[in-house]
Amino acid sequence: MSVVVLVMFLALFGSTTVISAIEADNLAAQSNNRRVVLDSYSAQRGAILVEGTPIAYSEPSDDVYRFQRIYSEGDKYSGVTGYFTLNQGSTGLEGSLNRQLSGTANSQFFDQLNAIITGQEPTGASVATTLDAEAQQAAWDAMQGYEGAVVAIEPATGRILALVSTPGFDPNPLASHTTSDVIEQYTALDEASPSPLQNRAYGGAQYSPGSTFKIVMTAAALENGYAPDSQFDNPATLTLPGTSTDINNPVVGQCGGGGDTVSMATALNLSCNIPYAELAQQLGSDTVADMAEAFGFNSTTSIPMTTTASRYPRDVDDAQLMLSAFGMSSVRVNAIQNAMVVAAVANGGVLMQPSLVDSVIGADLSVIDEFEPTELGRPISAATSSTMIDMLVDGVSNGAASGARIDGVAVGGKTGTGENGPGEPFNLWFSGFAPADNPQVAVSVVVGDGGGRGQQLSGNALAAPIARQVMEAVLNQ
Amino acid sequence: MTTEAVSTATGQLQNLTGVITLKLRTPSRLRNLELVLLLFAIAINAGSFVLVQFGVLGEIEPGMLSASFVLAGLALAMHVALRISAPDADPLILPIATVLNGTGLAMIYRLDLAKGFEGWGAASVRQIVWTTLAVIVATVVLAGLRNYRVLQRFTYLAMFTAIVLLLLPLVPGLARTDDVAAKVWIDVAGFSFQPGEIAKIALGVFFAGYLVQHRDSLAVGGRKLLGMRLPRIRDLGPILLIWAAAMGVLVFQRDLGTSLLYFGLFLVMIYVATGRLSWVLLGMGLFLGGAVIASQTLVYVNSRFTVWLDAFNPRYADGDAYQLVQGIFGIAQGGMVGTGLGQGRPNIVPLAESDFIIASLGEELGLAGLFALLALYLLLVSRGFRIGFAGRDDFGRLLAVGLSFVVALQVFIVIGGVTRVIPLTGLTTPFLAAGGSSLIANWIIVAILLRLSDAVRNQPRLVVGP
Repeated sequence: MSVVVLVMFLALFGSTTVISAIEADNLAAQSNNRRVVLDSYSAQRGAILVEGTPIAYSEPSDDVYRFQRIYSEGDKYSGVTGYFTLNQGSTGLEGSLNRQLSGTANSQFFDQLNAIITGQEPTGASVATTLDAEAQQAAWDAMQGYEGAVVAIEPATGRILALVSTPGFDPNPLASHTTSDVIEQYTALDEASPSPLQNRAYGGAQYSPGSTFKIVMTAAALENGYAPDSQFDNPATLTLPGTSTDINNPVVGQCGGGGDTVSMATALNLSCNIPYAELAQQLGSDTVADMAEAFGFNSTTSIPMTTTASRYPRDVDDAQLMLSAFGMSSVRVNAIQNAMVVAAVANGGVLMQPSLVDSVIGADLSVIDEFEPTELGRPISAATSSTMIDMLVDGVSNGAASGARIDGVAVGGKTGTGENGPGEPFNLWFSGFAPADNPQVAVSVVVGDGGGRGQQLSGNALAAPIARQVMEAVLNQ
Repeated sequence: MTTEAVSTATGQLQNLTGVITLKLRTPSRLRNLELVLLLFAIAINAGSFVLVQFGVLGEIEPGMLSASFVLAGLALAMHVALRISAPDADPLILPIATVLNGTGLAMIYRLDLAKGFEGWGAASVRQIVWTTLAVIVATVVLAGLRNYRVLQRFTYLAMFTAIVLLLLPLVPGLARTDDVAAKVWIDVAGFSFQPGEIAKIALGVFFAGYLVQHRDSLAVGGRKLLGMRLPRIRDLGPILLIWAAAMGVLVFQRDLGTSLLYFGLFLVMIYVATGRLSWVLLGMGLFLGGAVIASQTLVYVNSRFTVWLDAFNPRYADGDAYQLVQGIFGIAQGGMVGTGLGQGRPNIVPLAESDFIIASLGEELGLAGLFALLALYLLLVSRGFRIGFAGRDDFGRLLAVGLSFVVALQVFIVIGGVTRVIPLTGLTTPFLAAGGSSLIANWIIVAILLRLSDAVRNQPRLVVGP
């Protein structure tokens, strides 16, 4: 009798314990749990800071959500902050660091407990970014009028100094507390072409890398017994095996003005396609794919937003492999991946984990989390790195990447002009670093839609000067 | 000499006074204990209201705060009635009922504030009126029912009353028309009422009276099966009848909870009356069989089972299981100590003030608050059992155990439903949930238990500690 009652009540003690103690975290993580969303609004959400200045912060409002999110330079930083909506999801740092910003991360448990006991309003942590305000400004200004992205990285640490995706958008209307307004805004942005909601720096809007992929090819060659003076046959056109497709060099004809053979250094300097196609065929599909993946292709990383993996296809036939050698076929890259490649080359062959977060600072100004440089891998040796730095500097000072030259500074880099099919506008690329003897910045620029001029412009004409302005902004400080 | 005589006389007088004091002190000590606990309960209730007002409004709003003292005044009035009419009654029952009722009121008021309900539209205002009515009815029952054994005379009248009350929601014209789920409500003169709540008391009286008369024949064993002595076939009539009635409730009123409540009440009482486990096992087998068949054949019951087993499936989580899932999210959000009164979002859950008040309380008072509430229920039920076990006549024993158990079972069915121990049903949480019929029924149970406990302690040589 009493036992029956005891069993019934023990079941209730048990079930309530399971819900509020054991399963609570899982339940809070369910997407249809409206309380978590509403709570993340009601706590004073932490700020996102660039060099100590808030670019996103929350101010008290007099409605039920208690705080209004405000973006001070919304467009310029939209690729970094993303947006924060009431119940339509969040992106960028707002999305990936939501728990820290709203104060619900596990690392803030004792702060929450303290707030409950002392009766203080819960406050989220602030996020200090690694961004360099001047580099970001330079990148943003230079990209005005173009669709594309700029990512600048400090090669030795992986700190992201600038990250711009254009066209940008103003996140302020999306932070409105009126759901219908948010949806209207969102739909307008989503339907715009090109859509500002696509993140071109690290997201799914990827581009064929064109000749910037020759950096990866050169790395694979040098790591596999080739040298800058390794010679390749130098025909004016090459028919891809098993097809009737001819490929040409950018300046149609033989590479470097003639000769039966041409060196890899010259082919890179002048960005010749045919020698690199031959190189790819000699190295084989697996060797090239291994090197691409060592640089980060085919995998995502956390900056702390999860990047979309750039694609280098495995198991392709020779024709596709040879097209891939100069960034054609199905190779697809976003700006952060190309920046990682050139940063690793500049950093003695050590690939660092790129990150936007310098530190997470609690409401009481204690540092909850601090950036530590993390090595992702060593795709190439220091010797290969050193050789490649020389080759890439030569490309800027004497070769096809002249648009990136800075007076008195040794700049290394590679241009790229990605083709998207007959009559389609090019993708214009530049990846580079400066100064060569002690690289402070590695930058990758992509401009889609041919910079608005179809097939008339090259990476060197448009992307290289943009990269130069970003590098100057970093170096002039 | 004279002075000595006087002092001796005074000494004798003092001795005499001492004896008298000793005789009178026991009951008044119980009542004094009750008064202290009651004042504590009143303080807790007032504190809840203050916290709700600070939490939601950020300031004290004297109007509703003074309304909260209505319950305090009623409880104190009942305490006075106990001093006069039942001085030996159990001292814990009234304070527990008061603090539960007050906690429920505070939460209902808090939800009204969140939803912007005021005046007669506010569930809390109606709940205060119902509380007033319920405590008055309970006091009348307590004062009017000087000898509970009178109830035994009404065994079959109680049965008849229970049947009528159960059938009322099926009567056209009385039945609530907008009712989509369980048909357990009636509308009379603008008031909604669940006659089944009162029926459970009538059933308790009927079962107690019936079983006292027939316990001897029911206790006789029949043939043995698997080492257990089964009841005789000819004694199976009553249990089959009650089972049929419970199944009738399930099929026609579509209410698994009420059905389970009545049948569980019967099983426990027949077990206490006969001491035979075979009745319980037989009954549970019958009920589970019936429930399984019903879950397969009745769409309504079937959907309750599906939602119970698969609540977080996205197919149901925003549909049929929305209330359940959001309630569980609420309890989870409360965590250990809750968000604090007035600081959570219990109003997300539909029917947060009635069926799901326990989820609302779990969100704002946390696991600690839920445990405290469960402990209060457990204490209330154990006091009722204690009254039952100490009772000297079988009718009182059965009635006390039965009525206490019905409270325990109802708590289990409701909270078990909200926390997914069993399928969700439409019963109300005793004392806490908004709803007049439930309040009146449970306060009547309080009155009967108090009367029974007073009778127990009045008996000589049977000492029950406070």
